[in-house]
Amino acid sequence: MADSNTPPKGIQERMERNIWGLLIVLAITLSIGGIVEIVPLFYLKSTEEANKYPEIVWQQAGSTPIVTVDAQGKEQWNWTPGDGVRPYTALELAGRDIYQREGCYLCHSQQVRPFRDERERYGHYSLASESMFDHPFQWGSKRTGPDVARLGGKYSDEWHRQHLRDPRAVVPESVMPGYPWLDEQRINGKAIARHMKGLRLIGVPYSDADIETATALVDGKTGMDAVVAYLQVLGTMADLKPGVDYRE
Amino acid sequence: MELTADRVAEHKYNFDVVRWFTIMAVVYLVVGAAVGVYIASELAWPFLNFDNPLISFGRLRPVHTNAVIFAFGGCTLMGTAFYTVQRTCGVRLWSDKLAWFTFWGWNAVILLAVITLPLGFTQSKEYAELEWPIDILIAVVWLAFTFNFIMTIAIRKTSHIYVSNWFFLGMMVMIVYLHVVNSLAIPVGLLKSYSLFSGVQDAMIQWWWGHNAVGFYLTAGFLGIMYYFVPKQANRPVYSYRLSVIHFWALMFGYVWLGAHHLQYTALPDWTGSLGAAVSLAMIIPSWGGAVNGMMTLSGAWDKLRTDYVLRFLIIALAFYAMSTFEGPVMSLKTVNALSHYTDWTIGHVHSGALGWVAGISIGAIYHLMTRLWHTKMWSEGLVNVHFWTATIGTVIYVVAMWVSGIMQGLMWRAYDEYGTLAYTFVESVAAMHPYYAMRAVGGGIFLLGAIIMLFNVLMTVRKSASEGSLREARGGAAPAAA
Repeated sequence: MADSNTPPKGIQERMERNIWGLLIVLAITLSIGGIVEIVPLFYLKSTEEANKYPEIVWQQAGSTPIVTVDAQGKEQWNWTPGDGVRPYTALELAGRDIYQREGCYLCHSQQVRPFRDERERYGHYSLASESMFDHPFQWGSKRTGPDVARLGGKYSDEWHRQHLRDPRAVVPESVMPGYPWLDEQRINGKAIARHMKGLRLIGVPYSDADIETATALVDGKTGMDAVVAYLQVLGTMADLKPGVDYRE
Repeated sequence: MELTADRVAEHKYNFDVVRWFTIMAVVYLVVGAAVGVYIASELAWPFLNFDNPLISFGRLRPVHTNAVIFAFGGCTLMGTAFYTVQRTCGVRLWSDKLAWFTFWGWNAVILLAVITLPLGFTQSKEYAELEWPIDILIAVVWLAFTFNFIMTIAIRKTSHIYVSNWFFLGMMVMIVYLHVVNSLAIPVGLLKSYSLFSGVQDAMIQWWWGHNAVGFYLTAGFLGIMYYFVPKQANRPVYSYRLSVIHFWALMFGYVWLGAHHLQYTALPDWTGSLGAAVSLAMIIPSWGGAVNGMMTLSGAWDKLRTDYVLRFLIIALAFYAMSTFEGPVMSLKTVNALSHYTDWTIGHVHSGALGWVAGISIGAIYHLMTRLWHTKMWSEGLVNVHFWTATIGTVIYVVAMWVSGIMQGLMWRAYDEYGTLAYTFVESVAAMHPYYAMRAVGGGIFLLGAIIMLFNVLMTVRKSASEGSLREARGGAAPAAA
């Protein structure tokens, strides 16, 4: 092999003899794949189905509060299931924080694929726009337990509570851990309001009223209440019509 | 003569930091595998969760992945990279201080991970769970590691940069990209943040990270190890220089594209997934190029496999590498992926790579390093052989269990009965997994036993070196005049 006194032959040898050259060529080579696959997802209109079917997103998000609490402490909802994808309420967000914390995403996916068996088992296939407010996404990569993308409304609140406290009391063959400590945990309204403000900074359309009522909404609620609220809203936001090709 | 060479090397190079990384790698191998066996057992016998949040599966699983990838894998990579770059460049590390900062910084990251993950502080992005302050520390330590490595090459005494160092460098640059982009988040508390990205874009960025943590951290980096330690241990030159050039650049360019194959049939646009699968398929060629180049390095010296247990580890690792880099592209094909995705097949695939390839090549390199860094023979060659067989048998049991359970799951989920309705409820598929989950825990347990034997053998070797005074002798006295 040539020593340092002979001039390098070809690009490869130049790089083998010049660390800075090698570094620059590597830095360029390594960036191409990521740029080609990621950058278009931010601007190609076809990525988000909501560009073609605006009705799957709740258009009032950010201008009308999702839910408020009146003087009697009663919840007043401006959104009903099927009105379209919207940000999570304070209580649902608290539940989602717990869902993340407990690592639920490691065993439960939230992404129904367009197959016959998945439609019958779980429901309509998932759309990209359904998780547009999910920071980070919770699609998961493994189904040690079933998919939960369309879990909302399938079981009662009480079923969820019992199942979360002691899964095998409800489903004997289950291998899920129990989460009895969720009953003892109180939701911190101030922290949730702060979380909502953070999310608003990165583009989640919360109205001022959404954030102001956060404390009242989660007041006295337990971790269990929050998780159940989150699980019950999953997959219920958009009213997806059978026979419509949302995804080409 | 041998002792003189040892003394020259000890005075010329910084081997202290390599020694510490080497020992810590073995410790973390035991810890990571032990946590793995425990969470595998939780899936087989769920009472093991004990209704205790700190050891609940969802919180311990990131402890396992972080411990094996970043603690064991990281210490192995940093130790071997520092060793290889000094040896192949003929100079001491550019900065000893930066090297020690890398060692302590990286171990601080690991300590923080072990504390925060069981407490539930997580960004909930797989293999990137650590919260933002720790992410910042990781970035600083990684840049210190990279900078020191680059500067050591810059001041080298040799004319050409050795092939191992290309691979290490590729890994370092790519991990900077991946870690920085995937960890972008808005902090909303000291240990709570939300990813800057959402939904489909976040999914693509996560798997661009996820697959390349595998592709660069666990493949390119360990190919760097392979290119130094296989020829050294076999005492043969690398089989083909030309092949190493071709497969290096193909790997660097191609691997980056593969992340999309983790998202087949999801809401990710079809074009992205198909592109990912197409490049995945093409990647068989460069991957096998590396495996062939490593194995053929033994041509003319195959008989060494009978007597050299360290070489056995290195070569079985390459066999697992070839196997899993064939399996991976097959699983990225849409028709196969429709069956394999979300099942244990993925877990089996990962572990044939992780236990067979990554751990195998690391363990081989570490045994090689033990004798070079402590200037003595292993305390027990026999135990190295025992470790070889426990590691191999444990891995095979693990992988076979996951293949069977994964394919069975996939088939049960899509099975229809004669009336055209789903043949099985989901929970029936869960119940059917039990024997395989138990078998996986046993396979993992056998692998863990081997790791414990290794730790024992390594510590006894350090003791032996101390009582023989071999390390003291090599380091002692005035620096010998350079040859």
